[in-house]
Amino acid sequence: MAKEITGKRSKIGVFDVVNTVIMLFLVFITLYPFYHIVCASFSNSTLLAAHKGFLLKPAGFDLGAYKLTFNHPLIWSGYRNILIILCIALPYQLLMTLLCGYFMSCQGMMFKKIIMALIMFTMFFGGGLIPTYLNIRSLGLYNSIWSLILPSGLSVYNSIVVRSSIDGIPRSLFEAAEIDGANDIYILFRIVPSLIMPTLAVILLWCGVGHWNAWFNAMIYIKDNDKLPIQAVLRAVLIANQKLSSETTMQDDQFNSYAETIKYSIIVIGTLPILCVYPFLQKYFVKGVMLGAVKG
Amino acid sequence: MTKEKVFCSIGVRKTSLTFGQRLKKDWKRNKYKYLIILPVLVFLAIFAYKPMYGIVIAFKDYRPSISIAESKWVGLKYFKQFFNDQYCFRILRNTFFLGGGSLLFGFWVPIVFALLLNEIRNTHFKKIVQTTTYLPHFISIVVLCSMLKLFCANEGLITELAVALGAKREPLLQNPKYFRPIYYISGIWQSFGWDSIIYLAALTSIDSALYEAADIDGAGRWAKMWHITLPGIKTQIVLLLILAMGGILGANFEKVLNLYNDLTMEVADVISTYTYRIGLQNGSYSYGTAIGLFNTLVNVTFVMAANAIGKKVGDVGLF
Repeated sequence: MAKEITGKRSKIGVFDVVNTVIMLFLVFITLYPFYHIVCASFSNSTLLAAHKGFLLKPAGFDLGAYKLTFNHPLIWSGYRNILIILCIALPYQLLMTLLCGYFMSCQGMMFKKIIMALIMFTMFFGGGLIPTYLNIRSLGLYNSIWSLILPSGLSVYNSIVVRSSIDGIPRSLFEAAEIDGANDIYILFRIVPSLIMPTLAVILLWCGVGHWNAWFNAMIYIKDNDKLPIQAVLRAVLIANQKLSSETTMQDDQFNSYAETIKYSIIVIGTLPILCVYPFLQKYFVKGVMLGAVKG
Repeated sequence: MTKEKVFCSIGVRKTSLTFGQRLKKDWKRNKYKYLIILPVLVFLAIFAYKPMYGIVIAFKDYRPSISIAESKWVGLKYFKQFFNDQYCFRILRNTFFLGGGSLLFGFWVPIVFALLLNEIRNTHFKKIVQTTTYLPHFISIVVLCSMLKLFCANEGLITELAVALGAKREPLLQNPKYFRPIYYISGIWQSFGWDSIIYLAALTSIDSALYEAADIDGAGRWAKMWHITLPGIKTQIVLLLILAMGGILGANFEKVLNLYNDLTMEVADVISTYTYRIGLQNGSYSYGTAIGLFNTLVNVTFVMAANAIGKKVGDVGLF
């Protein structure tokens, strides 16, 4: 098919047409599953069950599934818990990463080598699932939201990204600050952050998405359902088929009649925030990938 | 004192500085730097090195009622038990198949995608394609697996497509035959766009003069792709291939855990899911830790080996 093309860049050949079709197809298979989920969530249960194949628009229109989902305490507590986690964990992670990255970029300390070795070693080797779990239990963090916050403090990889970003600042700036009497702590908190703002923003985004999407630790560390963050609630309901219904039997009936569509509406509610912020933040994420790649 | 003598005395003092003196000097000059790293070290001690100490229970008979130190040493008992375990071969095979298959079927997709996308001339359209194909990367594993479960149910969207292509109507995730394809394809769906970013960035840095020269020589689209574009991103391909090979045994634990069930266990159970069931669900902490340690050691070996190969072939080691 391509042999007819003679290399003129301006001419639209068979290849360009085929290529564009391939790209459109890829866009379709990426977006359609989400569209299908959204349509199904607004559908009428019986009509949806009778429908086969692709959905162009909701089959019927019924907000019942959303009403039930929004009325459910676990959805609300899930959102509340993830917000608490984000509010505490993000500043904490940023602080730890900044501390570690700054130390990594400093020179001339007697114990730098050994401390670096201690830090880097954790990148390749860890306790593994069960020792980590037992550690959380022995620290008394079991069934506490802190078990999802405290262990997430430091990512060595992110620290390395911060380090290479700090390395990009002219050293003369630090020297000038030191002559003016600034110590390391002043330099770290007053001078460095404003100079590496884009990197810090990217790291904040990474950590935020990481927390939003995390569920496994919550599943093994948290016993009470009302302490679960949203993705763990999603998993309990959608994968483990835990009953979402509350005490009353009347509601149980209602749940049964919406059993299918409610699954779709829960997926929408659990994904919507990411889908909403994604288009605006996309370019920062892409920038982040390049930050990491520079180091490699 | 003469100049010579001053130099001499400085030289002598420098070498004769005791360890304690050097320590004092270092502290005086760098105390804030050490203060800065202190929280990080405390963090690592509690959340990284303490669990590492916990690994000793793989060599002990640990029960939650007694402490780790009080437990009895049993040597390699649990490792022997693992190699005699009836599921040992199964989980090793599955781990290798799921990781190796993802690499085999998935690795080239972002490369081809980047090359094709690079041929799109309309920058607006290109941007739209990029933005949409990156999206699935941000979806949580739970949401991905929930969607798969719904689509692969008896009347789900994917099942309908499979039936239209001649398959039997059944919940696809309950048929062992389909588990691996679903695992591979959903993995590709989630990551091909995002993984192409590195290649796309590398493509933009190729000198456009090379293409102009090739145009003058009468090179066609394929010739240019083969002789200019591909060599231009060779480094990135090799680097990412090495990285992927290092992670070949790190199967996507979270995805398997959410997708497998009793019917597909035979093809889906991997080392990490087995560790989880043995250790956390059955409460055999010592045995689970032993399997986990084995898994970690094999993974580290793979990463190190891949890195060594990378350094040999193309000077692209990571550390």
